[in-house]
Amino acid sequence: MGMPFYVAPEQVMKDRADYARKGIARGRSLIAAICADGILLCAENPSATLRKISEIYDRIAFAGVGRYNEFDQLRVAGVRHADLKGYSYSREDVDARSLANAYAQSLGQVFTHEMKPLEVEILVAEVAEPGGRDQLFHILYDGTVIDEPARAVLGGDAEAIAGRFEETHSTDATVAEALAAAVTALAGPDRTLGAAEVEAAVLDRGNGRRSFRRLTDEEISAAVGSADTSSGDGAGASGRSGDGDDAPGPEAAGAPADDVPDDEGPAPS
Amino acid sequence: MTLPTFSPHDDPGPDFAGLVRRVGLAPEPPAGALSADLLPPHGTTVVAVRYADGVVMAGDRRATSGNLISHRTIEKVFPADRYSGVAIAGAAGPAVEMVTLFQLQLEHYEKVEGQHLSLEGKANQLSQMVRSHLPAAMQGLAVVPLFAGYDLHRGTGRLFQYDVTGGRYEEQDFASSGSGMLHAGTVVKLGFRRELERGDVVDLALKALWTAADEDSATGGPDARRGIWPVIATISADGYQRVGDEEMATRFAALLEADREVRGATGAGGSI
Repeated sequence: MGMPFYVAPEQVMKDRADYARKGIARGRSLIAAICADGILLCAENPSATLRKISEIYDRIAFAGVGRYNEFDQLRVAGVRHADLKGYSYSREDVDARSLANAYAQSLGQVFTHEMKPLEVEILVAEVAEPGGRDQLFHILYDGTVIDEPARAVLGGDAEAIAGRFEETHSTDATVAEALAAAVTALAGPDRTLGAAEVEAAVLDRGNGRRSFRRLTDEEISAAVGSADTSSGDGAGASGRSGDGDDAPGPEAAGAPADDVPDDEGPAPS
Repeated sequence: MTLPTFSPHDDPGPDFAGLVRRVGLAPEPPAGALSADLLPPHGTTVVAVRYADGVVMAGDRRATSGNLISHRTIEKVFPADRYSGVAIAGAAGPAVEMVTLFQLQLEHYEKVEGQHLSLEGKANQLSQMVRSHLPAAMQGLAVVPLFAGYDLHRGTGRLFQYDVTGGRYEEQDFASSGSGMLHAGTVVKLGFRRELERGDVVDLALKALWTAADEDSATGGPDARRGIWPVIATISADGYQRVGDEEMATRFAALLEADREVRGATGAGGSI
């Protein structure tokens, strides 16, 4: 009879965390930034059809980096969570904090109990009602939740990008200014990003009930153009580990998300 | 509330109604026939007409329980999503519930799949909902909707009628439903021309509802005293747009004026 195989719990957790971090670092990074017009979400993404940024609910958006199939499953679960909650209670009872907690539970559960942790980092953003506070919840592969006050950077290269972005970003910026700053920060000092490699959307304060709006190719091109001229102020070298391939797919024109009339729907009394 | 996740072979996909059933939130149909004393409010007349830029949908505001008016400001025309609308006639409670679920179904599909359903797809979804409502319809809670929208692929307005079994019938020019449908439908039939302009088609829908209200006690007419106007909405390439109360008041005043001219000073005979 052989000796039972023993591995210290610390070692198991460390190995899993290393595995997840490596997987996430292979992908390309993403920035969320609170600005004057709403919350900007901007990702480096060569695919025009497989998205890292999506709508969850009226004022809530989702963004993910890492393995596409894993964060996409989380995205769909989030849409279901929000739609079911809005259906059984009321639209105003759907909030980002509760959704972020549900994600954290789910990720934490997988991290400690499953064979393989999820190789993802996700973000839940909620644009505030007038007078309220915008919210950014950054959730890690192990279920850790970070409540970010003004901006969040997700992905393997997050530290370097966050360093660059902090210097140029202000919460008073317009969406176009924030987008230009985000693209510059994502690109780093050694390269430039083309509009086709950028996916961007905004939770727009002025967009009616469904605040989520994908930015058009023209809007992104305009911002990328201005980012090219203002590049060169980045700090620190880009330390990318591996070349990202988390969202491959054919290039195609992405249709902008349609907004819906600002209706309350039928309100049974 | 935990995250609703499913194994791949058990996944409801973008089907919100299926998801609602899966998590046990779907309403149960009534077990037996409704008692005669339990008269739920019924909604009555709705019409939909095609015009040059798309379709117009209209509904009166009255709900009745037997011979009583149970609600004066009920809405029977709703946006289903940005490019389509649904109008309901029948038992008000289940009808409004069906509309809510239909709206959520379309939005849920759009969010999960990342793109809209086609207009045809939306019409079929509603058909399935009416069909699954059949047990309740057999107990006396029938819901008969109209569905209309702007078909972005074809660049035209389209409209659909349903029966209680979920039968779906596409109409070319106009459709009506509810207790005042005969009168409203006749007015639309007489006034309809291909390529009606927006203003003309809104007037035609208003006139149809007014006539229905004149002949059918369950249909409510425009109520100038309380400022309650029919709900009329246009759906075109610009999306679903409800005609504002001020415009309704102006159009109704013009309609009254035309009626007065037809009747002459005596006020006898004639009609609009």
